Order: sequence, then C-alpha cells, then structure tokens
Amino acid sequence: MAAKPRLAVFKFASCDGCQLTMLDCEDELLALGELLDIVHFLEASDRAEPGPYDVTLVEGSITTPDDAERIRHIRQQSRYLVTIGACATSGGIQALRNWADHEDFLKAVYASPQYIQSLATSTAIAEHVPVDFELRGCPIDKRQLLDVVQSLLHGRKPHTPSHSVCLDCKRRGTVCVMVAQGIPCLGPVTQSGCGALCPAYDRGCYGCFGPSVQPNLVSLTTQFHATGMATPDIVRGLRLFNAYAPEFRHESERLAGDRARECDAPTAIAEEVQS
Amino acid sequence: MSGPDTQTPVGASVFLSLSGLDDLIRSLKQSGYEVVGPTLRQGAICYDRIHAVQDLPRGWTDRQEPGHYRLERREDDACFGYVVGPQSWKQFLFPPMSTVSLAELSTDGWRVTANDGANEPRFAFLGVRACELAAIAIQDRVFQQAAYTDPIYAARRERALLIAVNCTQAAPTCFCESMHTGPRCSSGFDLALTELDDGFIVEVGSQRGATLIATVATVGVTDEQLQWAEERRSGARKQQRQMPRETARDTVLGNLQHPRWSEVAERCLSCTNCTQVCPTCFCSSVHEVTDLDMTRVERERVWDSCFNLEFSYMNGGAVRNSIRSRYRQWLTHKLGSWHEQFGTSGCVGCGRCITWCPVGIDLTEEVVALAGGST
Amino acid sequence: MTTPNAECRSTSGCHVSTVTPANPWAAHSAEIVAIEPDYAGVATYCLRLTDPARAAYTCQPGQFNMLYLPGVGESAISVSGYDAASDAWLHTVRTAGQVTGALERLGPGGKLALRGPFGVGWPLMEILSTSASDAPRDLIFAVGGIGLAPLRMAIEWSIRERAKLGRLTLLYGARTPSTRLYPAQLDDWRQQGIDVLTTVDRFEPGWTGQIGVVPDLIERLKLRPDRTTVLTCGPEVMMRYTARGLIARGVDPSDIWLSMERNMQCAVGFCGHCQLGPTFICKDGPVFRYDRLAPYLDIEDL
Repeated sequence: MAAKPRLAVFKFASCDGCQLTMLDCEDELLALGELLDIVHFLEASDRAEPGPYDVTLVEGSITTPDDAERIRHIRQQSRYLVTIGACATSGGIQALRNWADHEDFLKAVYASPQYIQSLATSTAIAEHVPVDFELRGCPIDKRQLLDVVQSLLHGRKPHTPSHSVCLDCKRRGTVCVMVAQGIPCLGPVTQSGCGALCPAYDRGCYGCFGPSVQPNLVSLTTQFHATGMATPDIVRGLRLFNAYAPEFRHESERLAGDRARECDAPTAIAEEVQS
Repeated sequence: MSGPDTQTPVGASVFLSLSGLDDLIRSLKQSGYEVVGPTLRQGAICYDRIHAVQDLPRGWTDRQEPGHYRLERREDDACFGYVVGPQSWKQFLFPPMSTVSLAELSTDGWRVTANDGANEPRFAFLGVRACELAAIAIQDRVFQQAAYTDPIYAARRERALLIAVNCTQAAPTCFCESMHTGPRCSSGFDLALTELDDGFIVEVGSQRGATLIATVATVGVTDEQLQWAEERRSGARKQQRQMPRETARDTVLGNLQHPRWSEVAERCLSCTNCTQVCPTCFCSSVHEVTDLDMTRVERERVWDSCFNLEFSYMNGGAVRNSIRSRYRQWLTHKLGSWHEQFGTSGCVGCGRCITWCPVGIDLTEEVVALAGGST
Repeated sequence: MTTPNAECRSTSGCHVSTVTPANPWAAHSAEIVAIEPDYAGVATYCLRLTDPARAAYTCQPGQFNMLYLPGVGESAISVSGYDAASDAWLHTVRTAGQVTGALERLGPGGKLALRGPFGVGWPLMEILSTSASDAPRDLIFAVGGIGLAPLRMAIEWSIRERAKLGRLTLLYGARTPSTRLYPAQLDDWRQQGIDVLTTVDRFEPGWTGQIGVVPDLIERLKLRPDRTTVLTCGPEVMMRYTARGLIARGVDPSDIWLSMERNMQCAVGFCGHCQLGPTFICKDGPVFRYDRLAPYLDIEDL
C-alpha cells in the first residue's frame, strides 16, 4: 500500500482557534487519520517530524522577522500549502497595527521593548510566499476544512462558495437583521462560510470570512450612514478580523481618510519566484 | 349549522368563529398535515409550524418601506392583520435545501437512486395571500408544467392544502393590484378566509376544502357579514406603488444597454436578498455531499441566485462578470423573458424585493427609469 | 485512433422522439469501456450503460448527457457517436474543469453515472422534409475545434441520407493540423462524397492546407443559398462570424442552426444557470435556429 499523504499544521501569529476547529472535527479527524499521516500538529500531539509534507495547513499571520523566514522554509517543504483562517489569509485582528505605530505599542506593553523583534505590520501568508488555497474564517468552518482536505486527497476543487452571507441567512430562514431590526450587518459584503451564524442570533455579521466576491462596500456603508451610523463606527466595523483584506481595507481608508502601512516584505513573493 | 353530512359547496361561504379556527388547525394536524402559518420570529412575521391560534401574530402588523420592515401593535387582536413577511411558501414547496439523489458505490459501479418525492412532507398552509397564490401558480409552471416535472416540488405541491387569507390592508411596497394578482384571492385555494372582528368568512374553493371545513362547526353567513368582509377587503386596494404591467416587458427587454443599469449597479449589493425573498425565483445549484471515503454521495440542491458571480461560471470565466449584468439579468428575466418562458410575468407585486433589499432598491422605480421617466 | 463506426440505435435514423425520463434526477450507471486519445487534452470516452434501464436509452444527434462523477460533480457533454461493437456511447471531452479532470483520471474500466439525453438536437427531420427531389437541400457543417463532436452523428446521418440531400460540405477549422478531431474520419467522409475544407490557425510542418479561420472558407464556397442549411458548432465568436458570412452570401438566417454552451446544472430548465435571453440553453437548445438567438448573441454579459 502506498504511503499515506503527510499532513503538517503550523502556527504563526494567531489565537489557535482555527487549529481548535480541526480538533473539533473529532470523529472526522479519526477518519482523516486513516487517509492522512498527521506528522506535525503541535496543538494535538508532540509528534513533530521534519518535511517534506504533502499538505501543510498554516494558521496565523506574519508579524516577526523570524516568522517571515520560517514561512519560506515551510513553503519549501510543502507540496500543497493551505492557509487557514482570517489571520493567515488577511493578517487577522492584529493587522490593526498596520494603521498604528507598533513602536508605541511595544513601549506601552513591554518593560524592555529593545528585546522584542517585531515587524511593523501583520500580513497574510500569501504576501510572503505562494499559497495554493486560502480557507477563510475567524475561525474557519470545520465543514469547509474537511472539504478542502478531502478535495486535495481526491484531486478536485474545494467547494468554498464566494457568495454573500445573505444567501445563507435566507437558506436557513433567518430574518434580515438589517431590514427588520436596523442592526448594521456586513453580511451583504461578506463571504459565506460560517452558515450565517450571527444574524440567526440577532447580531449583525462581523465579516469573519472576509469580503465576498465583487463586494459593493460603498453602497453598504452609504446605507449605514443613512440609517444613522457614524463614520468612525463604520470604520471600526470594517476593521475587525479581516481589516487588512483589500476590499475592507480600502473602504475603511476611504471613510477614515487614512492609509495603512504597506506590507513589510512586499517583494517576498517576487524573490521566491526568482529563487 | 353545517355538519359532516351537509358539506358547503365549492364557491359558497360559511362563518367560522375564532375557536373554530383553532378546531380547524387541530383537525388538520389530526389528518396528518404539518400546519404552517404566520408566527412572530426575529422581529418579523414568518411562516413556521403552528399548533393553535395562539401561535398566530395576533394584534401585530407590519410597517414596510424600501429596505425597512418593523412590527407594530395593532389596535385590535386580528390574527392576519399584517401584509407579507420575508418568507413565502416557496420555502416549503421548493425547499432551500433538498436531496435530489443518492449515489452508492459497489463493486458493480455507481448506483444512483433519485428522490421520487414519496417521503416529502404534507403541508397545510394557513394564511396564503392572493399574491402568493399567484406565485405558487407561477412556480407550478416552472416545476411541473414543462417537459419535466421536479419530483420534490410536485410531491409537496400535490399534497399541500392551501388556506388563503384575503388582505385587508396594503403595505406601501405592495403593487399586486397593478399586476392583477390581488388583493382578492380569486382562485387556487382550498379555503379562503376574510377576517372579521369575531371570526372569519370562509369561502370554499375546492372539494378538498369543502371536506375540511365540514370537520369543524360553522354557521351560515349573513348579508351583513358579507358586506363587512367586502369593506375589509377594500382596504387592501389602496396601493401606493404600481408596476406598468402592460409595458414592463418591452421596457426591460428593449433597453438592454440603458445607462440606468450602471446606475442601479452602483447601489446594488449583489447580495441575492431580492431573489431569495421573491416567491417565484427558482434558481438553484446542486452540490455533492460525500462521506470521507466517497462511496456514498448525496446530491444536495440549494437555493442559488443569478446575483452570484459563480452562477454563470463556465470554463473560461463567468458570463455575467459585473453587478450591472447580474441586476439586468434578474430584472429582464423577472419582468421580461419570463413571459416567453412561462407565459406570465415572474412578478406578482408582493413587494418583498423592495422591502428586503438592504439598500432599498425598488424595481418599480427602475422600470419607470428604464422607460425614460423621472424617478 | 480507431474511429468507431458510429451509428444510431434507433431504427428511423435518429429521429425518434426522446423518451422523457420520469425523474430528471435519475441516472444510468455507466463504465468507461475505452478511451481514445484525440489530441493533447482531448479524448473520446466510450461509455457503456450498465443499469437495468439502459435499454431505454437512445439519443439524437446534437443532444447531450450529464456525465456524473459522484463526489465530484456533473459535466454536460454532447454525444458524439455510438459504437455498436462495444455498445458504447461516445463522448469527446476536453479536460478543462474538475469533472473532466476526474474523468481523465478514472481511466478505462472507471465507473460513473450519466443522466440524459437532454436538449434539442439538430433539425434533421426538418431538413429531410424540406429536401425536395428536384431541389435537394445542400448541407454545410461549419465547425470550430472540438465542435465537431456534437456534429459527428449528424454528418454520418447525412451520408446515410445522402440520396435525399444535395451537396454536403464540411468547413472545419482547428488550432493546428495536429489538433484536428477524428482525422481518419475526415478522410473517410471525403471519400464518401463530403466536400471537406479544413483550415488551421497555426501552421505546422507538412501542412499544405489553408491557414485562417472558418469564416474565411465561406468566401470561396459555391453556394446555392436558397436551398442551403447550415449546422454550426464551435466557439461563439466563430459561429457568429460564420453566420454573418453566410447571411452575406444570401443564406437565410432561419436556415442556420448553432449549438450553444452555458453553465448547466439540472439540464431540464429548473436551475436557471444556462439562460441566455428568454432561452434555457439546456432544454430549448443546445441547438438553436440562428435568427431566434441572434438578438442575444451580440450583447455583452447577457
């Protein structure tokens, strides 16, 4: 029998929530173990085999010079590199630093900031190395994760729709919280994936799965304004888990009139391709 | 008083008290129906399983504007004193998710078993409005009056019992009168109620309805009651919005390159809400749902929308790669090409797409603008 | 490749009315009997139905099947022939998406399922009924690339019926000489009296034929426009220019038929994906009369 494909999981700047989603697969995880050899998954086991890996799942964003190096090494060891979660795909909530002075943060938090090595930005993995597939979400959705792994095993395209959360609300019979309750909701511009969780509990969508395809941010924020929401509140709403995702970022900057710092290592991919 | 032996004939009316309606719901449940009716949920009147009159939104009404819906208390305890909510009966006849087939792998290969509809549920709908009767008639044409019949829709539809309720008021978003689809329930129901202060005038629309109403206590109607009912119903004819029914088809199909499409695309979120709340929109996609070793695969059909970029995807890219082209597809289909496909407009004037559009786009306004009028 | 002798199983020459499946979601079980490579990325899959309902299956030239790979999905593929020896229906497929990719990996002996046949095929009966003995209809098959597949059964039909028909012409455009479909059969058809004119986009050593696109071939055609029927299949832009060229030469737009392609999921007009203007490509087509579709072909993103 041929060797089972080797799966590795790595973590960068993140809360580990996406890895916990993997552990939350429970029964399916056992079945996955039959199909895959999980050789590196520190959240679950102290087994930590070196590469190469057939499938590598990467959680977290790049926030330190060491991490920027480490992800290059992991990329070299990986046949398929899949990023999982908002941190890895857009920089995460910690990308808020991209609009602030991280030196100030260091001084405020650490007694001896000179020992802290940190980049000025938090950026997506894809800004540093080529990524084969990006799985969105804060945290990721376990069905989507299983589908991605299964798809890679069977050589098909993962089924991760790019449509808005609204469609999922309607499919599950949730009443639109924006229309019926006047609650601001990012659902119309956010990619499906969570199963439209928050509106089912009378909360607006927080945009955990990042921008949907061709989102009309300007129209939605204009509507937020019209219903009495103040610009700083709209900007805060856009600057959450996927603040640095291009469409959310550009709209929040248009409204706030500021600009985020660009990625610390913007030439990384170019170098990677050349080398 | 009519008993089981003296059925009210089709076309005739009887008076049903409020407690009689309770009996009717109970009778339906005893006959094996899942009774679905209006009930309060999440700040709106939704169609859901109900068990008794107390589940109905008594004393509540809805206030609707483009992109805006709020519940309000009424001055009375009417059971059906609202217009239409976010959902339609489409939810139950053409469910948002359904399994169309099951494939199983054995050494002989794949064996596919198609859903033949035998296990689909049996619904009794309570509170179907005239525009919704029209919508059901339209989906009948889509799913069971062409060369093929959808087994899931057909089974649910054939079993469903329709208890209509005449509207006694109109929302500002309603325009059924201009579409000739309401507000009076004229056909396609088993029973049709008109709510009075102390009960309901029940019009029998079918033999099935006659048999059902005979299971509960009713009394004959008085001329006075019939007159009250007529007055109540006239309240629904005061409608602010209109669709130019005769010309809408030519207007949308004859202006495919009109600049208005770009203007509406500036506002349209392409979020799919209008298509999902529309009681006639029928687009869907089919997905594979597999077990991990891929020997047992279900095909799941889910509601989809022409507003999704992926919807028109072919090898080489999406055919409708802009919000402009997707909005145009929706409106030209709904008001235009629907006629050629199904011999009717796809719009019944319920106004849901206006109310439930998060940014309040109003199709009646778009048609006027496309026709060259001011908005 | 060995070209299977495609012929229709129906006795009346492929004009039997399609048996409408009671349930559009019902599928035949099928297996891959053989895979005939055509050229890089394109192969003809010979599929034999294996379920008890297989005897009821028949199809008309121009119709398509939904090839179903459970767990992967479906792909609409036109039927390009029937091989009596192996009792297999032929499907010429370009590996492009995930279903066709998975089909390629299945290999001979692979198991799949199949729904169909669906759609309206070529108007062969109509052509015969208007082909008078003193003025028989001339047929032009105008084909681009893999578009030959949906027309192959129609071309073979025309050979069988040629006593009742006038001139038969195949205009065939391919990217390169080596990406012509069914090259052996092209020669065969030539010997059977079809005027086969080929053209390629790009020269390859040894090619002595025409270089250019299909509409270029029209200019030098000897036409009897009033008795000509055109069946065309290929990229949309190629079909459009072919139709315009022939109309300019006097062919009536209502005598031009084309086969269209769109995203299809249900194949019976329920899912809405394949709409173009008022048509459902899946059930009103894929074969359409040009004049009925022309208003919708020129509008971007429709």
